Amino acid sequence: MYAQMVETGTKRLKTLEEMSPEERDFQAKIDAETKIEPKNWMPEGYRKTLIRQISQHAHSEIVGMLPEGNWVTRAPTLKRKLQLMAKIQDEAGHGLYLYSAMETLGADRDEEIQKLHDGKAKYSSIFNYPTLNWADMGAVGWLVDGAAIVNQVVLQRTSYGPYSRAMVRICKEESFHQRQGYQILLDMMREGTQEQKDMVQDAINRLWWPALMMFGPHDDDSPNSQQSMAWKIKRKSNDELRQMFIDQTIPQLEYLGCTVPDPDLKWNEERGHYDFGEINWKEFYDVLKGDGPCNRERIATRRKAIEEGAWVREAAVAYAAKQKQRAAA
Amino acid sequence: MSEWRLYEVFVRSKHGLNHKHVGSVHAADNEMAMENARDLYTRRNEGVSIWVVPSEAITASASDEKEILFDPSEDKIYRHASFYKLPDEVGQM
Repeated sequence: MYAQMVETGTKRLKTLEEMSPEERDFQAKIDAETKIEPKNWMPEGYRKTLIRQISQHAHSEIVGMLPEGNWVTRAPTLKRKLQLMAKIQDEAGHGLYLYSAMETLGADRDEEIQKLHDGKAKYSSIFNYPTLNWADMGAVGWLVDGAAIVNQVVLQRTSYGPYSRAMVRICKEESFHQRQGYQILLDMMREGTQEQKDMVQDAINRLWWPALMMFGPHDDDSPNSQQSMAWKIKRKSNDELRQMFIDQTIPQLEYLGCTVPDPDLKWNEERGHYDFGEINWKEFYDVLKGDGPCNRERIATRRKAIEEGAWVREAAVAYAAKQKQRAAA
Repeated sequence: MSEWRLYEVFVRSKHGLNHKHVGSVHAADNEMAMENARDLYTRRNEGVSIWVVPSEAITASASDEKEILFDPSEDKIYRHASFYKLPDEVGQM
């Protein structure tokens, strides 16, 4: 999930009796699957939760360009380079769709980006891991975008109209990302040298657990989920989504001829799902708090981009003002 | 970037269809709004024509006006062709 542990400000759901008439009408609309639109009345908590979730989601798309940007100049062929650039451009686009959805709630894009740069806003923990070899580009596309798709497909039905519509667009584009990633790995496994095959396994070993962490804490440790589910901002729980992802990914993994670094992973006939081992939650919380392998580097890169691009933005405004003056004269 | 205006983007997906709202962009002027809209909303042949309109130029109906604006047409069922029943012998009309 690209948004993890989004604060809702409430730890307990209000009963219908406790709600104001406006809140009751609002909840009735949600329950009837009527989309909420920007001009509709909404509880302040709903608005704030959405701003937090959508901005976190947008920040993840933007920061998510960095681990891939690392390989643009080192892609093995021109074809791979073009594909990678197209994917990165899509991520920028996804960030922008989401920032515009967020702005319909009255939030300001610059302010939210400032919060990211000040370390006050979160983004997905996954982007704080380094991309060390070319196979990581395959594994990121396949596993990270794959996990994002599982989450985002469900979010297409989220209750807030602009967020839902952004998700529809994003999902359409995302499957290209996953396929291009998987194909990188397939080619390496089919035609690669032993060294290249080892790179694939190494990439999966490093990224498997962080990919599972993307879905956030266990449902029992996710105090905000109940309210988010009642508002239908979230449609499925963290554990449900994680299980879906594992179930659909393992056959693809086996086709590659690779393994995951989890001795407890096995098919459970009775449940009809894969069982899997426990995630290292300490690592998850450390990364989320800012102490992952690349947190500082990512934020520093973002700040540098904004600061060093300031003159371009200023020049654009000056140029627009001059053109306007000329037209008036 | 706050000095940049917000524009709403409308894309005509195929010749013969209406422009449809797809989202918004920020830009310093109209030209840049067009370029940004192109880069953001038509990366995969989504359109043959784009409109960009400053968001502040749009007047929108408010949700609490829904009844005032749209209820009156609800009881005018005679405005629909299906209101007029024709004998089968008349055929298609």
